[in-house]
Amino acid sequence: MDFELSPEQKLILETVRRFVREEIEPLEADLDPDASELPPHHRERLVAMTKELGFYGLDIPEEYGGPGIDLVTRTLMAFEMAQHRAGLYAPCYGVFGGAGLAQLYEADDGQKERYLYPVLRGEKRGFFALTEPSGGSDPARAIRTTAVRDGDDWILDGEKTFISGADKADFGIVFARTDPELGRKGITCFLVDTDMPGFRVRRIVHTLRSTHYAAELEFNRVRVPGRNVLGEVNQGFAIANDRLSRNRIPYAAGCVGVALKAQEMAIAYAKTRKTFGDYLSTRQAVQWMIVDNEIDLRTARALTLEAAARADAGKPFRTEAAICKLVASEGASRVVDRAMQIHGGYGMTKDLPLERWYRELRIRRVGEGPNEIQRLIVARDVIGGSFH
Amino acid sequence: MTGVRLAKPWLDLDEAVIAALPGQLGVYEIADAKGATLELGFAGGRSRFGLRSAIAEAAAKHQAAARFRYEVTMQYWSRFEELLAVYLADHGELPPGNADRGDRRVGRIAATGG
Repeated sequence: MDFELSPEQKLILETVRRFVREEIEPLEADLDPDASELPPHHRERLVAMTKELGFYGLDIPEEYGGPGIDLVTRTLMAFEMAQHRAGLYAPCYGVFGGAGLAQLYEADDGQKERYLYPVLRGEKRGFFALTEPSGGSDPARAIRTTAVRDGDDWILDGEKTFISGADKADFGIVFARTDPELGRKGITCFLVDTDMPGFRVRRIVHTLRSTHYAAELEFNRVRVPGRNVLGEVNQGFAIANDRLSRNRIPYAAGCVGVALKAQEMAIAYAKTRKTFGDYLSTRQAVQWMIVDNEIDLRTARALTLEAAARADAGKPFRTEAAICKLVASEGASRVVDRAMQIHGGYGMTKDLPLERWYRELRIRRVGEGPNEIQRLIVARDVIGGSFH
Repeated sequence: MTGVRLAKPWLDLDEAVIAALPGQLGVYEIADAKGATLELGFAGGRSRFGLRSAIAEAAAKHQAAARFRYEVTMQYWSRFEELLAVYLADHGELPPGNADRGDRRVGRIAATGG
């Protein structure tokens, strides 16, 4: 696969790289090392810049106002946008805009008016609620939240856990079982407003990520109108599954981005730090760590771009997305770990971003489907058949 | 309400007490003599001496500050957000020292249906 950059791609990437190094990194010197938000005045200023550059709302489909940049180029941009302290989970602190919840593009016109457009205008926030206490890796079987028809409405009962952003959201995309006999074909997707009686955020779940947390949700006879069914009744699993595969590519790209930065830091440090009279970069033990980093990086980068290229070409990319997610998350974890080792004591401190990436990358091996599930997907596609 | 409150003993805002505080990261609550919360805050990774300096600086901002309590935690951001959400659910508003949040939302824990 040829990944020679076009002149336009080179210009875009140089622009993004300069933006990260000149606009984002200097601000981080004054922010808390775990911060994921910018002060409002900086955020407004930088959003205006990305809009001026034509890069705002990168992942929004062109027909909804996005800039219409292909996924390979967006993946290359994501490599750059992640190269700062908050870059893994808050690339450029969100000043390039988000796409909202991808499932909303499949909504009907009325739902788009009530949910999608307000999200794109920044007026509403949503959450995605699939995982339950009974599990998240096998949603077709684990979903125990039920939705029972009552006239034109549905009554939802159940629990969700590890749900991001639910405590500050206006609505959620919630998956519930509507036919207990049909397995994955008995799940329906609902748009649930957080002010609907019976919905509550039960508690915050603290994780390795200090600024972002998950929440436990409770649905106690929540009455949801029939017009809030997203897609078709009993077809919700397909909506969830499509999102899970597609999200794995940018998820991998973020891992590659922070690993690139960690490698850059490791090399720079090794060339300036002396031990026993000579630079670390002259020591074979350190050279090999840097070489192993490079191998992990190039592998993850190539596989992530391959998955993006297949998606751009309209080819099946489920296997490639699974491979790039697991290779990038595991490879980046090793790269950051080695970079910390090269930095010695400084690598453990909050003075450098390495310790934050180390914590956050650990989550990446579980988030968006644990890597064991990615291996299962690849095995299913390579060997064939269904695994239970 | 099921959010986790800061259930730690109150301490007097006294120089010697503050000087004995740990330099670790964590969250704190500053209150007046009647126990009314003036500010919730955290000692983050940029604080010079962790909770010790963060509490001293926060207390200096409030003339009525008389006591405080704290909790050591590395998850200081999410714990701080949780404490704000719990306080908002309990009181319907934020402490005076936290009222200016700009457009940043505070989470709602068990705020409906509970």
